[in-house]
Amino acid sequence: MDVAIIGIGIHPFGRTPARSGLQQGAYAARLALKDAGVEWRDIEFAFGGSASAGNADALGNELGLTGIPFINVANGCATGGSSLMTAYNAIRSGAYDIGLVAGFDKHDRGAFNADPEAMGLGRWYGELGLMMTTQFFAMKIQRYMHDYSISADTLARVAEKAFINGSLNPNAWRRTPVALEEIAGSMMVNNPLTKYMFCSPSEGGVALVLCRADKAKNYCAKPVYLKSAVLKSRRYGSFEVFAPSQALQQVDGPTVDASRAAFELAGVGPKDIHVAQLQDTESGAEVMHMAENGFCEHGEQERLIQSGATRIGGSMPINTDGGCLANGEPIGASGLRQVYENVLQLRGEAGAHQVPGNPRLGYTHVYGAPGISAVTILQR
Amino acid sequence: MSNSVPIAPGLFTWPAQKPALLGSRCNECGIVSFPVAQSCMACSGQDVSVEELPGRGTLWTWTVQQFMPKSPYNSGETPETFKPYGVGYLELPGGVRVEGRLTENDPEKLHVGMEMEVIFDTWRTEPNGDEIVSFFFQPLA
Repeated sequence: MDVAIIGIGIHPFGRTPARSGLQQGAYAARLALKDAGVEWRDIEFAFGGSASAGNADALGNELGLTGIPFINVANGCATGGSSLMTAYNAIRSGAYDIGLVAGFDKHDRGAFNADPEAMGLGRWYGELGLMMTTQFFAMKIQRYMHDYSISADTLARVAEKAFINGSLNPNAWRRTPVALEEIAGSMMVNNPLTKYMFCSPSEGGVALVLCRADKAKNYCAKPVYLKSAVLKSRRYGSFEVFAPSQALQQVDGPTVDASRAAFELAGVGPKDIHVAQLQDTESGAEVMHMAENGFCEHGEQERLIQSGATRIGGSMPINTDGGCLANGEPIGASGLRQVYENVLQLRGEAGAHQVPGNPRLGYTHVYGAPGISAVTILQR
Repeated sequence: MSNSVPIAPGLFTWPAQKPALLGSRCNECGIVSFPVAQSCMACSGQDVSVEELPGRGTLWTWTVQQFMPKSPYNSGETPETFKPYGVGYLELPGGVRVEGRLTENDPEKLHVGMEMEVIFDTWRTEPNGDEIVSFFFQPLA
């Protein structure tokens, strides 16, 4: 049984003081239902999550209490990807015909503040100032630049592209392009990454309506098919966030594992993909994730990014809606935002940020603490 | 006289003539982890032995933390007195790569592959006068 996405909805990302996170989720859910041409009472199950804005099943209070199974999902930055993978499998199993996946969030300003004890680590780790996701990403790209000759200028170009794409996307938070020199010269946060190279916690909501592929055309003129939705966690030896020690022998991380499994399940390869949304919580992540997801060899990013290949008009468009850098990261909604963007792209409805050439296959990837990765492949 | 207390029990030998970080080695697959674990993350084995880790190694990667982290960060600093600090993974030969604070915070003086030693020093002083001791990585002169 294949699975189709027949409705999508988004609440603009950024800061919306007048609406709670839950209300932003409900806003997105109503738009997704309307887009699919169905009512909330038609939905047979719902999975969703938020990290800081309450339980997703409280959406029932906003949308109506219909008795359906509603499961709260909490899986860090891969919360949306986890909801989607579970919904995908629920429909594939034949248990349900139609369901909703929702993610929303509303975070305080400033860097995320993780609790060491909740991650199975000692309090000392946080007391010493080691419990910082920003440090991990900085150290990962620092080593990567050393191993594969990636330049600091390339890191700045990733952020430059993100803000250009954000300026074309009416739902993005950062909608003003920032000059390359300003990005490179802004305050250093964690060497080699400057302020503009990091995304910030933000707010927003996304919802998707999914159904059995054989019924999709009953609802939607342009269904988009979910060819795979895969979630993987870290294996011993991968270089991960929140790790007081790392193995001497490194193995592939969860992104590589999830990517390979997703391509295998979909029966396509990286060269077939026309548009990709890759986790870019900071510039270095986008660079490394290009290779980890199989879109290039390690080190090739230097040439690709410098030549503009990853821009909207390039040969390998990446993060066409501005990514996390321009949208910020409302944890519960972030992974679903990528899927929302790819559905727009495959429907040909992305407007000013539309990838030319009638894209047919889209790819999304999120990475989260303490080493999980979710990948989807979509096809129109 | 003030008390000198490790930041957490079991991270390193203390008090000791020559303090050392403590790791656990899996007796089935030989993998080392820090801090000491009850079981092996690599093979799920539960037969592990505690051992002292080497006191010297090479810097595998690093960054400098330029802003003050929120709680549970507890250094005794205030936003006014906060000093950026280096963080890195030190590759300890035959053991594991351990993450820790560096005594150096000048990015010009840090590079992948440089040799460092593990030192033990006062991290903060508690209101009751206790000196909380932690481990740090210091460039070899």
